[in-house]
Amino acid sequence: MKQKNIFIAASMLLIAAFALGTFFYKNQQTQQAEKLAVQNQAALVRADSPSFGNPDAPVHIVEFFDPACGTCREFYPLVKNLMAAHPGKIRLTMRYAPFHPGSDQVVKVMEAAHKQGKFQPTLEALFASQAVWVQNHTAQLDLIWSPLASLGLDMERIKSDMNSPEIARTIEQDLADAKTMNVTMTPEYFVNGRPLPSFGFEQLKALVDEALVNTNTK
Amino acid sequence: MKPSVWTLVFGAWLIAAIATLGALFMSDIMGFAPCVLCWYQRIFMFPLVFVLAAGLFPFDPRVMRYALPLASVGLLVAGFHLLLVAGVIPESLTPCRQGILCSTVQVEWLSFVTIPLLSFFAFLVINALLIVAYLKTPP
Repeated sequence: MKQKNIFIAASMLLIAAFALGTFFYKNQQTQQAEKLAVQNQAALVRADSPSFGNPDAPVHIVEFFDPACGTCREFYPLVKNLMAAHPGKIRLTMRYAPFHPGSDQVVKVMEAAHKQGKFQPTLEALFASQAVWVQNHTAQLDLIWSPLASLGLDMERIKSDMNSPEIARTIEQDLADAKTMNVTMTPEYFVNGRPLPSFGFEQLKALVDEALVNTNTK
Repeated sequence: MKPSVWTLVFGAWLIAAIATLGALFMSDIMGFAPCVLCWYQRIFMFPLVFVLAAGLFPFDPRVMRYALPLASVGLLVAGFHLLLVAGVIPESLTPCRQGILCSTVQVEWLSFVTIPLLSFFAFLVINALLIVAYLKTPP
């Protein structure tokens, strides 16, 4: 009987220690991420990054995304709905984080389309056809052209622009900024410079709601 | 008073449980990717928690026989890993080619405590406790 009690007490103690350790470690990580974000605001927003919504909106979401990422595709309409629910209040800036193999070529096409003012339709067409051009987690550049055909893009210009040093620099800058902000997975969101405490749409919505309340009371 | 055989096995279980939770904490909470050799050590460490616990209630003196093969092979793998980190065995002889290299030191506490050292030490104490328990049990 005594032995059983010792065993149960030890088990519970170990599990409690694990849970407490997890709680404190995660807390500390979140604080560090917030500090990092505050210190590196400049890395979060670059002037020419594609951006939707009211440019003077009080709530600014910055998303690091990969067009080949399935979760980015699923989150995109959710964020769009969130913006529609608060018209004029939310601005969304998209930053490239092409982590999938082959994605670096696809984001070059997106940036070239951005130069033609067609970033958003290109993004939506790529997300809608993701199953076609992403195979085995690898982006296939030659399969993206037919989904983009109906958008009215100047394809000749896209194909010459996408290899320009200017676009290469933009992508490099975004990747460098992702590294600075410790973005290792996509999508990663920052709401008015604050990272999500943990990943999930509810967490994103909570941060946005909090930011909306803060701006309403000001 | 000398510790009973039950207490020795319980001690071995306690160390295995701490090592298991510690390994899970470092991989799943702190996000360190386990290298191939770490996975082999996990394969021999994690079952010990259940095998030893099952042998404690009701106490089965044969639990040492069932646990020692796991514990001793785990000790060998941990020893191999330790020699690898120390540079005694060159990396090219190891099975790890992709992902994290097993000679990568991800954590160093007090400037000498590494994860493979913790693993080796845990396996060493578990083996010692089980062998003493085995020898103390009348045939």
